[in-house]
Amino acid sequence: MECHEVDKNGKKLGGGVSRRDFLKFCAVMAASIGLPLGAGSKIAEAITDPNRPPVIWLSFSECTGCVMSLLQAHHPTLDTFLLDLISLDYTRMFMTTAGHTATALRDKSIEENKGKFILVVEGAIPTKDNGIYCKSGGRTALDILKDVGPKAAFIIALGSCTVWGGAAAAHPNPTGLKGVDKILTDKTVINLNTCPPSPYNLLSTVIHLLTFNELPALDDKGRPKFAYSRTVCNNCERVYNFRAGRFAWQFGDEGHKKGYCLFALGCKGPQTFSNCPSILFGGAGAETWCVGIGHPCCGCAEEGVGWTLPLHQLGDPLYHFPPSHFARIDEPVGMGATAAAAAVVAGSVGIAVGAGAVLAKRLGKEEKKAKELSEKEDATVAKEE
Amino acid sequence: MGINRRDFLKGAAGSGLLLAADASPALAFGPRTPKELPPDAVGILFDSTLCIGCNACVFRCKQANPHMALRPEFNVPIGGLKIHDTPIGLSENTLTVIKLYKHDGGHSFIKHQCMHCIDPACVSACPVTAFTKDPKTGIVKFCKRVCIGCRYCQLACPFVAIGFKWDEPFPEMVRCQLCDHLIPLGKYAACCSYCPTGAALYGRVADLRKEASRRLDLEYGEPYRFPVNHIESGRKSFRPAAKYYPNIYGDTEGGGLQVMVLAGVSPLRLGLPDLPDVSNAAVSEGVFKTIYKWFAAPIVLLGALVYLAYRNTEEYRKPKDEDD
Repeated sequence: MECHEVDKNGKKLGGGVSRRDFLKFCAVMAASIGLPLGAGSKIAEAITDPNRPPVIWLSFSECTGCVMSLLQAHHPTLDTFLLDLISLDYTRMFMTTAGHTATALRDKSIEENKGKFILVVEGAIPTKDNGIYCKSGGRTALDILKDVGPKAAFIIALGSCTVWGGAAAAHPNPTGLKGVDKILTDKTVINLNTCPPSPYNLLSTVIHLLTFNELPALDDKGRPKFAYSRTVCNNCERVYNFRAGRFAWQFGDEGHKKGYCLFALGCKGPQTFSNCPSILFGGAGAETWCVGIGHPCCGCAEEGVGWTLPLHQLGDPLYHFPPSHFARIDEPVGMGATAAAAAVVAGSVGIAVGAGAVLAKRLGKEEKKAKELSEKEDATVAKEE
Repeated sequence: MGINRRDFLKGAAGSGLLLAADASPALAFGPRTPKELPPDAVGILFDSTLCIGCNACVFRCKQANPHMALRPEFNVPIGGLKIHDTPIGLSENTLTVIKLYKHDGGHSFIKHQCMHCIDPACVSACPVTAFTKDPKTGIVKFCKRVCIGCRYCQLACPFVAIGFKWDEPFPEMVRCQLCDHLIPLGKYAACCSYCPTGAALYGRVADLRKEASRRLDLEYGEPYRFPVNHIESGRKSFRPAAKYYPNIYGDTEGGGLQVMVLAGVSPLRLGLPDLPDVSNAAVSEGVFKTIYKWFAAPIVLLGALVYLAYRNTEEYRKPKDEDD
């Protein structure tokens, strides 16, 4: 039941996607960015706009893992993303042209869309010796970024390398690799951490930019809050084992087989902010993310953790506010009886005691009376007799 | 009254003399000689700066001591293990508990349990030796068959670490015994064997004291290899040292404890009592062993009473008059 629908501009929607599927996709996108469902229609409007936003994709010191992970996405697939959502004017990976032709196309697009295009940067930037360790078309990465960066409307730093150096900048970092926001200090850079980055974080960010034409809410490290506001532990499926103290102590031991918490193996989940457990990885199936398949989180999304701390060193749980289920040193004790309560109690006791006393007194009297009466009766009876 | 002032003073002086003669001047009401730590005594070093509040110790303790630590309503098997409750303090169902200390600048976790005093007050207070201190390991043990249920130990314990099974027809006192039932199996305290960070560290007390003073000598932020589980296990956790409050709680407090505490703040703020260096047991035993030396005080008291009774009944012992 393929129904090729046509939007108001006469353009076929999504290359054979039914209207139903398309709106479903928009709603899912809205949910993943953390927007209300009503935003789905706005997203639909934005991404069917015939004037697709131009995207320049620059690749520097990287391993192409970011692009490979993007290939894993299937809602939408990469072709939908590239052909229908954005106009990818320059990328080294998917262009059929090469060499000076490609570079010329890039420069043309940048000049034409100055201040309008989205810049996606992939890979760290060598800064030592004026950045001669990474060159493209005879220009250094540093030079290209400093030239292109200020002309872009939005800059997305894709992957840990691009954000803070990542694996490439691990000690001793011989080429002086740095992240994008260290070089374009006067621009706001959207940092999408993790190595490789989750394709859906990129898609969600791009769709947010298309729909609202403004940056998504960012935290103090420039990361979108919809994806990086919680630690890995927060949504981890193994976290209940942590709270019960059930740990895997060695790879392949009983606890590891039973799916216990990997903290004792050096999981950096407690100090890494990422949405890996919520959206999993690359849509490969259930529990397909690092901790899900039994490997401790290495903290690739967190500067100063991934490729900095030893892989199996224990993580450091960040309890910004420790959960309230812990026993406190001084359990709260009630303030005791208030004066009013004491007065009420004393009054009731007084009334009860008074009533009892009166009752007792009356009881005695009644008994006495009854006794006297019976004695009298006895006496009269005796007299009569 | 058949006693005159003169006789009363005579009696009083006599008993005073007796008391004075019995009590040697050096020991008069002073604490008795403190008990020594056995050389192979075992204990726990709890480092509050390493504790992450995972409650593994609480849960594993209940699992290792099922005969005393789990109430039937919590005895629900889930995935082959039993779930744990969230205790708010030490009780007959909880031999150890992690408590949270919060203040403006941060927070700290503290493990409360029986501290296995070198000179334990419960052993001293027990009238029937239901509590004994193991001469080799120094573990304070409890024998249910001897206990008469007077609960003097509960009142004597400065850490409020002894629970009483109120809801059982044949109750017993319940407290941490450092998993001494696991020692013959070649294991050690469950709380320490499952602590992932090394916050609760098991070992010989002598070794633990050395380890604790090494930690106090560390600079703030200095990387250190913290032993995990057992001080001789070889497992280490590599991490920078935290800022320590310069005191090993349990080194001298209460005459020395086999469970020691290191913390970033004063241990007194973590709910641990401020104890003098002389144990309560030594002080109280010093007093009553002075009074009861050679059973002198009761004899003197009885003598005085007998004398008084004798004086008071003098009239009745006179031969009866013919008139009456």
